[in-house]
Amino acid sequence: MSTDTVGKWYADGDYILRQGAEGSSMYVVQKGEVEVFREGTGGPVRLGLLFAGAIFGEMALFEHRPRSASVRALGGAQVLTVDKRTLLRRIKEDPLVATHLMEILCGRIRDLDSRISELEARTGARARTPTQPEKTI
Amino acid sequence: MWRLIGGSTSLAQKLTEGAMLSSPEMELHVGDRVAVIGGGPAGSFFSYFLLRLAESLDVQLSVDIYEPRQLEQPGPGGCNHCGGIISESLVQLLAADGINLPPAVVQRAIDAYVLHTDVGNVRIETPLHEKRIAAVYRGGGPKRAPSRWQSFDKFLLDLACEKGARLQHRLVTDVRWEDGRPWLSMPSARPERYDLVVVGAGVNSRLLERFEALGMGFTRPHTTTTFVTEFALGREVIERNFGPAMHVFLLDMARLEFAALIPKDENVTLCLLGEDIDPELVESFINAPEVKCMFPADTGVPAQVCHCFPRINIGGAPQPFAERMMFIGDSGITRLYKDGIGAAYRTGKAAATAAVLGGVSTEDLRRHYWPACRAIRNDNAIGKVMFFVSGLIHRARFSRRALIAMTSTEQASGSPYRPMSSVLWDIFTGSAPYREVFVRTLNPKFIAKLTWNLALSILPLKREPS
Repeated sequence: MSTDTVGKWYADGDYILRQGAEGSSMYVVQKGEVEVFREGTGGPVRLGLLFAGAIFGEMALFEHRPRSASVRALGGAQVLTVDKRTLLRRIKEDPLVATHLMEILCGRIRDLDSRISELEARTGARARTPTQPEKTI
Repeated sequence: MWRLIGGSTSLAQKLTEGAMLSSPEMELHVGDRVAVIGGGPAGSFFSYFLLRLAESLDVQLSVDIYEPRQLEQPGPGGCNHCGGIISESLVQLLAADGINLPPAVVQRAIDAYVLHTDVGNVRIETPLHEKRIAAVYRGGGPKRAPSRWQSFDKFLLDLACEKGARLQHRLVTDVRWEDGRPWLSMPSARPERYDLVVVGAGVNSRLLERFEALGMGFTRPHTTTTFVTEFALGREVIERNFGPAMHVFLLDMARLEFAALIPKDENVTLCLLGEDIDPELVESFINAPEVKCMFPADTGVPAQVCHCFPRINIGGAPQPFAERMMFIGDSGITRLYKDGIGAAYRTGKAAATAAVLGGVSTEDLRRHYWPACRAIRNDNAIGKVMFFVSGLIHRARFSRRALIAMTSTEQASGSPYRPMSSVLWDIFTGSAPYREVFVRTLNPKFIAKLTWNLALSILPLKREPS
């Protein structure tokens, strides 16, 4: 356990957040690494690994829905919890705090786009042409 | 579509095309020169966010940070005379802003406060049992500090320099106003003309007198003397006697508002705040039995490694801005007694946003920078009331007993509703605005519980705190 790093220590395999659970905090990895995965009928599917400096759970700040994935420590990790209340109180005075989070969300969308392209290329699926909007009277 | 002014693009226009703005010559343009006086947290936060905002708009500004000291140097040469606590809320906000404190900067991560009085002690844990407060050294630590310790101020200064700020290891000795621009003077160098000067020099800087002498509306903040000292105790003793907790003392001593022992890696920092702290008050405090018992019984209170009586801002500058000038952190306005680094973050960032998006005329700064300062000033007014009430409570034995009893019961209950604990936590840590804490104390349930505990402490019933 670290005395010189802020946050909470999670031992190897400890869950930091669970898919489907309610939550209102965001997390920042301070030390070590964590695994993000989705639990489905076919077993867990790893979505990615996150290292020191990475943020996760940020969707809970903007929407009131259950967690979309689980996150657990790999080999032990120190993780800082960021309260929704602290952040929203600050965003009210300083909207620029939100821009860093928006950059992260944009990065995630970009990452998803490239993953979808890779998957489609791998499975031989063709890119669909945009559908024509329905005519309205 | 961006408008061009004098062949260059206005930053403010880039973001607020069509909005009500000041005259174009009072806005920052590509290639404009910005001087930041002081490489402490306020100056570094300002530079970092100014350059980050400018970068996001693909616009280049020239930023010089004037800092004559070597901040990483151990001893008085690099010291910034401060207790060195990064509050719970600031640790979180920095992380959300992408600034994570490296382990070498964090001397000790803290997860609890222990409140000491003559009628008992109580430990108040962080709401999530998580280490969310960081004890740091602003400079390189006391003399003969190990090289593994890193300065918090240097860490922030490096961040600003990585963003493109240039560090000038020179002392600014004078300022003058000429041709509608501020000019800075340094020994053995020609004066430099800037489009914006931002002062984050701290209240102990003599340069503030020169800015006041310009007669452009700035007056220095009111100050008071505090005391900071270091005790070398070694890791083992600190782990055993202090742990990962900050120790706060509510003792009945005139002129003493707040006293804390802050554990670090191998040292403990003592910080006394109040009205003009002097050596006699320091002596009385150190000899108080509640303080003495924190140190090993065989060695007692060790000799001080170093000590200082720095001045802190307690009044705030009435107008922390003037044409093409801003005063941030301690030079302008800061939070009363607490979270000075948090105030440096808030004012530094507000100044950066105002300069880029609002303009640099007196009127622009009044509209875009002053609201952040006014919010702190108004909150401090409520803080003064809270410290006055807190002073009344900790000066009467029966009310100290009620306070400890109420907090101990809450901590032992495991209930999420712990009103006194949360009020004390936020007052000690400076994590929440004083206004928010004050509103919580007006809750009828809180008043009823406090009244009940006060009544019990007056009645001749045997009621020992846990």
